[in-house]
Amino acid sequence: MPTMSEKILAKASNKDNVEAGDIIIANIDVAMTHDLTGPLSVQSFEKIGAEKVWDSSKIVIPFDHQVPADSIDSANNHIIMRDFVEKQNIEHFYDVNQGVCHQILPELGHVVPGEVIVGADSHTCTHGALGAFATGIGSTDMAMVFAEGNLWFKVPETNRFNVTGALKDNVYAKDVILHIIGKMGADGSTYKACEFGGETVSDMSVSDRMVLCNMAIEMGGKTGLVEPDKKTIDYVEKRSNKPYEVFKTDLDSPSLNIIDIDVSDLEPQVACPHNVDNVRPVSEVDQEIDQVFLGSCTNGRISDLRDAAKILKGNKVARNTRMLVIPASKEVYTKALDEGLIKIFVEAGALVSAPCCGPCLGGHTGIIGPGEVSLSTSNRNFKGRQGSPDGKVFLSSAAVAAASAIEGKIVAPE
Amino acid sequence: MKGTAWKFGNDIDTDIIVPGRYLIYTDEETLAKHCMEGLDPDFDRKCKKGDFIVAGSNFGCGSSREHAPIALKGVGVAAVIAESFARIFYRNATNVGVPLLEAPGISKLIEDGEEITVDMQNATITSQNGETVTFKKLPPFMLEILNQGGLIEYLKNKR
Repeated sequence: MPTMSEKILAKASNKDNVEAGDIIIANIDVAMTHDLTGPLSVQSFEKIGAEKVWDSSKIVIPFDHQVPADSIDSANNHIIMRDFVEKQNIEHFYDVNQGVCHQILPELGHVVPGEVIVGADSHTCTHGALGAFATGIGSTDMAMVFAEGNLWFKVPETNRFNVTGALKDNVYAKDVILHIIGKMGADGSTYKACEFGGETVSDMSVSDRMVLCNMAIEMGGKTGLVEPDKKTIDYVEKRSNKPYEVFKTDLDSPSLNIIDIDVSDLEPQVACPHNVDNVRPVSEVDQEIDQVFLGSCTNGRISDLRDAAKILKGNKVARNTRMLVIPASKEVYTKALDEGLIKIFVEAGALVSAPCCGPCLGGHTGIIGPGEVSLSTSNRNFKGRQGSPDGKVFLSSAAVAAASAIEGKIVAPE
Repeated sequence: MKGTAWKFGNDIDTDIIVPGRYLIYTDEETLAKHCMEGLDPDFDRKCKKGDFIVAGSNFGCGSSREHAPIALKGVGVAAVIAESFARIFYRNATNVGVPLLEAPGISKLIEDGEEITVDMQNATITSQNGETVTFKKLPPFMLEILNQGGLIEYLKNKR
């Protein structure tokens, strides 16, 4: 009667079973670090005195946060990482032209059900959407993984969100997860695995499930998870030839806490400054905006670009508002080109950039100034997150972002 | 340990501890300059070596950036004392050698700028006027990691 987290961690630690609260050492299947947290991981790896990584085929290094390099310092970080890739023969290295780590890992077949995945990035929990146990770690822990191929974990308890009800028009996975975080609070799932199930989640695409899992960390979750089904397997088998194993949660597990969420009456939601759990229905928010950002590992997928383009087609971004569109990966970008979506964005007056993290964490492009307001499809709205600490960030779905760009204020799509 | 307590609220996230635009830097000194600057631009000058941060719940929520505990180490914070901590930050801070003390009731007891005494052996924190709260005692291996200045030094010394 274990949960899927317990089953995956038991397998990874070569045990018959483990229980929530146990401290275990798990073998790692995939270790990811990028251009921003990578240099610290490499420094720590060198300080340990380790010479070779444990397995150069299990490390994935994408560049996505500062691409292309925007300063001598970030160019230098890229050099550090390229040297490491060369020296350690890292098989899976994606330079500046590939996209956001949490989009390309699943897209390029690095994520399959039943694996343990660690990333030096807190949104690594995204990959649980494919039934893996995936969690964010720091750079020193990553250096340990590079050297040893394993890491200690405390086996988490599970909050399982049983989501039911059909979503109304213009209501998306992003609204569901914002609603859940608003209900739970920013520390409402600290140290817990956050599992998303129920008929609403079964009806969702793999992309939508990634949106849910991506934001598990915003309520303190150690990972997000969705039980694999036919959609998962179809997605994975098209993209990966790695072996996989499907684990599901036994609903009688003593470490399981089931939380029922009915979304049949849910309206489009927005997270207001400066915390992700400060969530309100769009209808209760009266706010003009300076910038709209459509993109990120939360909502920069082709389905998000399609939803936004449908609303923007034949319309113009409001005069005093600017809109930045950043597809999350090369694959998303190519599809958007093929489908004519990029043309729609450009004609509407939006600025389209190459795949990267963009303004999400305020370190690269699209930084906001003092007093400015950003509406963003990303995952965090902390004070100063997208630039000036005197700016404000609101979070929403791609559809709300597109409708709001046209109006110059936060509105729900009609 | 004796030092000044600098007080912050609930949900202090890692973007507050060190904003994203400084993550291209990895050295303690540069990161320290920007520590907490979104809430208090003078923090790095105000905080002296051996001082403490006292905060509410969920301290360190948000990103996995190890730059955050490195910045706190850089400004000389001897320990962060909070009602509770976020998970990734907890691991990272221990790994770089910044003690995190979970002390329920601390944010009501201590005023900003107050001199406090922290007794690591007996797991107590005493306010200026002599009132005491206890914190969850750290296990010996964790104390050892912290005493050696972090996980890497701990491993190097063990080898």
